Amino acid sequence: MLRTSDRAAAVTTSVERPRTAASLTIIEPTRGIASLQLRALWEYRELLGFLAWRDIKVRYKQTALGIAWIALQPLLSTVVFTLVFGVLLEVPTNGAPYALFSLAALVPWHYFAGSLSRVGTGLVSSSNLITKVYFPRLVIPLSGVLSTLVDFAVGFAVLLILVFVYRVPLTPNVLWLPLFLLLAIVAALGFGLWLAALNVKYRDVNYLIPFLLQLWMYATPVVYGATLIPEEMRWLMALNPMTAVVEGFRWCLLSGTMLVAPSSAPLVLLSAGISLTVLVTGIVFFRNTEKTFADLV
Amino acid sequence: MISEPKEPGLTQLTGETVVRVERLSKVYRIGATQLRHNTLRDALVSTLKRTGKGGNSGTLRALDNVSFEVRRGEVVGLIGRNGAGKSTLLKVLSRITEPTEGRAEIRGRVASLLEVGTGFHPELTGRENIYLNGAILGMRRTEIAAKFDEIVEFAEIERFLDTPVKRYSSGMYVRLAFAVAAHLEPEILLVDEVLAVGDAAFQDRCLGKMGDVARSGRTVLFVSHNLGAIKRLCPRSIWVDSGRIARIGTSGDIIGAYLDSAGSHGGSWQPNDESHDAQARSVTVCAMNMLTKAGSRASRFQMDESFSIEVAYSVLSSLENLRVGFTITADDGTVVFESKDTDPADYGRSYAAGNYTARCHVPGNLLNAGRYYVTLIVDRPHQELLFRRDQALSFAIQATDGAGLRAGDTRLGLVRPILEWSCEDTLEEARQQNADS
Repeated sequence: MLRTSDRAAAVTTSVERPRTAASLTIIEPTRGIASLQLRALWEYRELLGFLAWRDIKVRYKQTALGIAWIALQPLLSTVVFTLVFGVLLEVPTNGAPYALFSLAALVPWHYFAGSLSRVGTGLVSSSNLITKVYFPRLVIPLSGVLSTLVDFAVGFAVLLILVFVYRVPLTPNVLWLPLFLLLAIVAALGFGLWLAALNVKYRDVNYLIPFLLQLWMYATPVVYGATLIPEEMRWLMALNPMTAVVEGFRWCLLSGTMLVAPSSAPLVLLSAGISLTVLVTGIVFFRNTEKTFADLV
Repeated sequence: MISEPKEPGLTQLTGETVVRVERLSKVYRIGATQLRHNTLRDALVSTLKRTGKGGNSGTLRALDNVSFEVRRGEVVGLIGRNGAGKSTLLKVLSRITEPTEGRAEIRGRVASLLEVGTGFHPELTGRENIYLNGAILGMRRTEIAAKFDEIVEFAEIERFLDTPVKRYSSGMYVRLAFAVAAHLEPEILLVDEVLAVGDAAFQDRCLGKMGDVARSGRTVLFVSHNLGAIKRLCPRSIWVDSGRIARIGTSGDIIGAYLDSAGSHGGSWQPNDESHDAQARSVTVCAMNMLTKAGSRASRFQMDESFSIEVAYSVLSSLENLRVGFTITADDGTVVFESKDTDPADYGRSYAAGNYTARCHVPGNLLNAGRYYVTLIVDRPHQELLFRRDQALSFAIQATDGAGLRAGDTRLGLVRPILEWSCEDTLEEARQQNADS
């Protein structure tokens, strides 16, 4: 009794009914590539909001400093990096104060790292939901990148304060900032989706993520500038989408002491292209392994 | 495909079919990777039983070619052993897991309640959890807001609304969780054994609420081990056995047939290989027997005869807080009583690895004549269920003529205690009092 149509496991369509406006749900095995489920995602937007809100609410519960931790995390890292790389090693910053130079990179980096680990481990830590209730599974990774945006907002406010403290003039470059943030979201979600779907089957991912992020941070010009890398090698750096994000943030906020010049636009485009590819393949992979989540998690 | 005779009350429900299940199958592949995770246990442990039977090696058919239909407004019970596939069926219909073959159509808004309190977060307050849990169960924010007061009232937690639920007693927690679920208003509700929580009074209220839901014309599919509740709430039942539909019909017939088949073990039962697979790794139940006072095995006792129920089990690695107990059920599914080996001590004791035999002495003059079933439950209270075997044993109590009862003198009721009576000649007393005054 298998139907030949390539219908997704559960297609919900509105069917006009005389007595009630009942919807018809068809449940059958998925064949072919699963659809994106945009409509279902839209229907579950409130759940997405609630899960993100729960994350934020719970994250700093029962901590003495509460929400202050969001600001403290990047600040403390900045202090440590400023001492080690700015004062001791004297990493060149093209004239920018090292604290500002590193915080401008740490804020987007923290966003990326936080989102990636939240998205990557999200499915497994929500296993109680996945095995008991139906909702489009993409809601969970999406709530991960969404809730981390709050942390980002606080970190960014601290960064702006520091910019004013150091009297760095803002330039129109700032207008490009949302695009670089978007790039960070796309990258975090893309890589996160791959890790999340793999994590369901291979718990190794849980252990891999912190290690991966540590390596990744040093591969990204967070504590140093991209200018430290020889010009002909920079395209290699651009294969890492976070290079564009981090250097982009510096370019937007500290343009006077710029590292990524407009001439590096092709490199930024390369980064963006890679991120988008990872995101699209991530979604496809996620959607096609989704049907086994409840059985495996 | 099922048009079994319906109860009189159902005849007006000539409504359309809202759930149509056609040749639905679900195959689990049992690989090492899948078995590694504890969380899989829920889904698999029970179904593992059938590994040997049918199916290729390494796979197991949790659902095998299941077809049935449910009409609008029907309340249908799903009964069957642990691992028969009832829960898998609800999971497929709830879209939590995908079927391997076949198809189901559901017309209307579905809500499934496979657990109370799904998504509750201990750090959040009662108020916050109501919204969160409601959203998880598929309610809109406006709907939750509209029902908020009702939910709080049902749960009786007004005073603790802004307290984190981790500070709630387990009773309050369950009440709140059920209250949210009870105020869902789907057209079709799938419920899995959620009433097995909470105290008896609250369970009664939950059943009452379920009854309201049923009467309000919504369609309900209800899984429960509580056959009494099934009988009360569901006119029609489906009996699922080994992933297949064994029978569909009026609940009275189905429960009778189910108990008949289950009770074939009589007074002693030993798990076979299949049920061994289903057992938790830490405890293995080896045998369960009913013994006469003299110590011989039997499955038929006189009304005034005492007997004992004995459970032999091995503890494989030392274990704390273990509890062995049983439930005695009458043949219409009503629970007569439950007993646990911890009753005298109140809490489970610790066990070193080894073999143990628990024995419970049941006095004579307790049960009325009739047929009864014993369900074995091994658990760690408030922690985990280790083993459950529904209707592992069956036995008969025969009417006796001794102890003041003449043959043929029958009494109603499930218990037939011999109580003390006294009788005084009140007329004589009154006369004496009159004489005194």
